[in-house]
Amino acid sequence: MKGYIEIEEELCKGCLLCLAFCPKEAIAVSEKINAGGYTVVSFNGNGACTGCAVCALVCPEVAIEVYRA
Amino acid sequence: MPRILLSGNSAIGEGAIRAGCQCYFGYPITPQNELTEYMATHLSRRKGCSFIQAESELSAINMVYGASVAGVRVMTSSSSPGISLKQEGISYLAACQLPAVIVNMSRGGPGLGSISATQSDYFQSTRGGGHGDYRTIVLAPSSVQELADLTHRAFDLADRYLIPVIILGDSMLGQMMEPVEFHHEVPRRLPVRDQALRGAHGRASRFVKTFTSKPTELEEINWSLFRRYRLIEKKETTCESSLVDDAELVVVAFGIAARIAKGAIRKARSNGLKVGLLRPVTLWPFPSEQVKKTAARTKHFLVFEMNMGQMVEDVKLALDGAGEVGFYGRPGGVIPTPSEVFRVVSREYYQRGLSIER
Amino acid sequence: MKQVYRRPHSLKKAPFHYCPGCGHSIAHRVIAEVIDEMNLQDKVIGIPPPGCSVFAYHYFDVDMVESAHGRGAAVATGIKRAFPQAIVFTYQGDGDLAAIGTAETIHAANRGERITAIFINNAVYGMTGGQMAPTTLLSQKTTTTPYGRSAQLEGYPLKISEMLALVKGTVYIERTAVSSPANIMKTKKAVRKAFQTQIDDLGFSLVEILSPCPVNWKMAPLEAWQWIEKEMTKEFPLGVIKDVTGK
Repeated sequence: MKGYIEIEEELCKGCLLCLAFCPKEAIAVSEKINAGGYTVVSFNGNGACTGCAVCALVCPEVAIEVYRA
Repeated sequence: MPRILLSGNSAIGEGAIRAGCQCYFGYPITPQNELTEYMATHLSRRKGCSFIQAESELSAINMVYGASVAGVRVMTSSSSPGISLKQEGISYLAACQLPAVIVNMSRGGPGLGSISATQSDYFQSTRGGGHGDYRTIVLAPSSVQELADLTHRAFDLADRYLIPVIILGDSMLGQMMEPVEFHHEVPRRLPVRDQALRGAHGRASRFVKTFTSKPTELEEINWSLFRRYRLIEKKETTCESSLVDDAELVVVAFGIAARIAKGAIRKARSNGLKVGLLRPVTLWPFPSEQVKKTAARTKHFLVFEMNMGQMVEDVKLALDGAGEVGFYGRPGGVIPTPSEVFRVVSREYYQRGLSIER
Repeated sequence: MKQVYRRPHSLKKAPFHYCPGCGHSIAHRVIAEVIDEMNLQDKVIGIPPPGCSVFAYHYFDVDMVESAHGRGAAVATGIKRAFPQAIVFTYQGDGDLAAIGTAETIHAANRGERITAIFINNAVYGMTGGQMAPTTLLSQKTTTTPYGRSAQLEGYPLKISEMLALVKGTVYIERTAVSSPANIMKTKKAVRKAFQTQIDDLGFSLVEILSPCPVNWKMAPLEAWQWIEKEMTKEFPLGVIKDVTGK
């Protein structure tokens, strides 16, 4: 596994920008709704993530931390 | 310290520099240009000091806000129309409890008005002037010496109570020249207020703000401001009284009008009319107690102002019905003469059947 | 595994109140990252205006002073003149900087005040519900141009950054956008250069950031990004508008 991300679900506002720009489609809309009433995204960890951090770059809520091997 | 001949405007400039004023932001408007020019000459090249002729009075008061937040002594000056432009900024200064000195050498109004002396900005100065419940301290000099002294006091009061202080002069006081003595030297180190916002060095970050989405928070800020205003009223109210002890009729006048009234009172006294003068020096806080105390001796008051009648309301409020308050006013920048005021005083005196001293 | 991305220190832990996909959020983070990297957290004073970003002091962990609407440049001038060692930046919207605050902005720039203006251009007044701004595009619908902005009635989108480039006191002006990963990185570079211009005491610097306002534009966040890239940049081209820093 080259990289992974941690999404702080309570900060996510479901804007889906991370999902749109992730080159590996490693992020998807989840079923969960957070306290703010937003449908949050989740990292599906399919081993494709390279830790490139584009998701964190575009995330308006600073909700994503990125780890790279 | 030798006495030197100075115009009122220059005396304010010198007084401010000697009070440790570090920043001055102004804008040209008659009749206070000489003050702006004085600061351009004498403050701009001082070490650590800064002078800016801003693009508008409105911009200048917001520069004052910035410099005050950064903890320095700061002043701006203008005249009536320019002071109107500063009102929003003054409301912000009051809301943030930021000290500043604002000089208004007032002129005729409303509108562009005249450049002659009037006292038509009394309400604007003493009722806050901008939006919201707040007050500013308002000092009313009536001589060039007092302009210098009250400038120094204005900076001290602003820092002590964290409040904007207005010096309400007029174009006569600004332009006339009188001997002045300065009782303070320029401080070696320019004063910097603690709690100044200069970057979170070695401490947690802080912020200065006035907006809140919680009305209860703003209510408490209003209450705390007004508790401070009570304290200022108790401690700083200043009023000069002369020949009041045996007076049957008391003239109430401030600033340049008080000087004119003194001439009239001298003449009245020489004619056996027992007339005295109450001269508020702090227009806010208004000397209500002194007025009430005087009313214990005589019920007869005559308020003389160079406007359509503004301070007269505060006199009536102070007396709360316990006195007969006459009013004589000349607006627009007309300068009444002492003999003119004497005629009004003596007519009032005789009509009220007050006793003449033979 | 090494952590390669985390919240900048100069950004408090508080969640943003901004709408989903709002450009303010990204601009805040980018500025905070620059403050961290340039080690300015204890020297910087930020000046947010009334507007959506009025609560910026809940997010930036630096000294902040809220200014009256449009007066950021004047407040910044007052602070910088009183305490030149501070690094002062205003954070202003298009209405704040280019409508009510036009005079303050132009004259602070003309005096070459050593301050940095961060100018968030989202073509509307956000906080008050999406009214027309000086930078609203022609035929763009807002709550005060319900039939689309018409040049005849409402005039043209104002190119304040190009205007300021003519003012001698300005040293570095760039227009960027937070509407794609690449543009976000360029924004960060521009903010960094603007702060460096101030540190080097060269003069007035400004970074205009085209910023999405999905809710008031009535678009989804991604759609708003694309609208910036396709439409807004036609009227407000990205790039360095002025750079006489000699660096």
